[in-house]
Amino acid sequence: MNATAWLTQFLEVIAALALAPLFLGWVNACRAWLQNRSAPSLLLPYRGIRKLFHKDAVIATGASPLFRLAPYVVFGAMVAAAAIIPSMGTGLPFRTAADAIVLVGLLAIARVFMSLAAMDIGTAFGTLGARREMMVGFLAEPALLMVIFVASLISATTALPLITERLAAQTPALYPSLAFTAVAFTMVLLAENARIPVDNPATHLELTMIHEAMLLEYSARHLALMEWAAALKLFNYACIGFALFVPWGASLGGEAGLAELAVSIPALALKLAISGLWLAVIETVSAKLRVFRAPEFMASAFMFAVLGLLVRLLLGA
Amino acid sequence: MHGTPIDLQLLNACAAILLLLSFAMLAQRRIVTMVNLLALQGVMLFLATLLLAWRTGQGHLLVSAALTLGLKVIALPWLLHRLIRRLQVYWDTEPLLNVPGTMLVGLVTVVFAFGLAQPIAELASTATRNALGIAVAVVLLAFLTMITRRKAMSQVVGFLSMENGLFFGAMSATYGMPMIVELGVALDVLVAMLVLGVFFFQIREQFDSLDLHHLESLKEEQ
Repeated sequence: MNATAWLTQFLEVIAALALAPLFLGWVNACRAWLQNRSAPSLLLPYRGIRKLFHKDAVIATGASPLFRLAPYVVFGAMVAAAAIIPSMGTGLPFRTAADAIVLVGLLAIARVFMSLAAMDIGTAFGTLGARREMMVGFLAEPALLMVIFVASLISATTALPLITERLAAQTPALYPSLAFTAVAFTMVLLAENARIPVDNPATHLELTMIHEAMLLEYSARHLALMEWAAALKLFNYACIGFALFVPWGASLGGEAGLAELAVSIPALALKLAISGLWLAVIETVSAKLRVFRAPEFMASAFMFAVLGLLVRLLLGA
Repeated sequence: MHGTPIDLQLLNACAAILLLLSFAMLAQRRIVTMVNLLALQGVMLFLATLLLAWRTGQGHLLVSAALTLGLKVIALPWLLHRLIRRLQVYWDTEPLLNVPGTMLVGLVTVVFAFGLAQPIAELASTATRNALGIAVAVVLLAFLTMITRRKAMSQVVGFLSMENGLFFGAMSATYGMPMIVELGVALDVLVAMLVLGVFFFQIREQFDSLDLHHLESLKEEQ
């Protein structure tokens, strides 16, 4: 491992931490523009997090240590996930430590701790949110795994950096299987990050909440960490999408030098800007589903992913 | 995938989209959308036939492409839309199985179809023999669509989708059936559609509904 690889690794984590709230702000701003509202500042998520860090934490009576621990575990899992996703370069020192299945596991740890913390206090809304989160999660997770398996079949590896390298090295060809899984991945991204067809991130109505209902009891630094982790999750999902479906622009291979790294940073920024706009368009044109229609949405995502797998196996396409 | 010519890639893409449309039909509750999906399936068949004609240089495939365009993309959807307007049926009732359940059964069906088509595909010598599994899957999914619906209208759409699957299967296994068979089948489907249209009116007159549930009990038992 050379110095550039470590620099890439370091920059990737720093970029994820620093850019995640900005990406969230960008999606929100695009949504506002598309809906003819005046957009909030792009820096609003940063201000929210800073404000929360300066407050005093209030913890409900009867909260167990798990409740205090959960924000740190969730945040830590998201940072660890950011470290193994090849968002800028694929020659990461961590590439041998964890593959894509571990990545899905890290995301699952965050989900489990969040749900447990939400049920820990024993309020009705927290439990309701946790149950709904698990209902969405148990369908979204296999769909995400299937998406990764299709890319793994094509590139013959489950290590995410290697998948990115091999997909980028392939001669351009029509891959119906990858197109199907891209659709499935977008649906999983929307569901897992509490975006519109499944959950509304801007809702104030407790009965329709999924993600927000789990955070109702958190305050101050704990809430700040949870919100930062949510922004990181969206950022991580976007970067998984780039790694699987738009691998171009990232600096490839362990021997990539500083020049490739310098190209990969604006490439990442461009990909994030376009995908943020695309997310905002999807959220603007679709209506929120009833909670009990969410399993249908996730079943469709799973079906898309499995169809991609089957088409890959049968047609080799 | 290295070295696969672009026309074969496009054909594979057509086959994949055909399968996807079958799933969309399986999940769809609105009859109008089902008919539109059927028309889209016709478009995909038309494109696949054109590509195959161009690839193999067989002139008779151009005729069947024209037949597909005229019949499956224009005539049948138009007839169905007219029937829907006349009969005022826009929605199917809830299918017998809920949508996620139907999709899972559909996925199992596709795996079964792929397994079924594997030995047959090895016998075929055409470049498109891999698409045979997709054709069998489309036929079986259309069956499933017919089984899980109650309204006569959506069952007919399922029936027509099954015919699409058969057509695609014949095309990918042997580059299309003899012209006389193809013409015969096309005429059959058109006539069947017309006769079924008359049936719809008769059924509705008898039962005030297109729900085939009513046909299950005999008159004397009521």
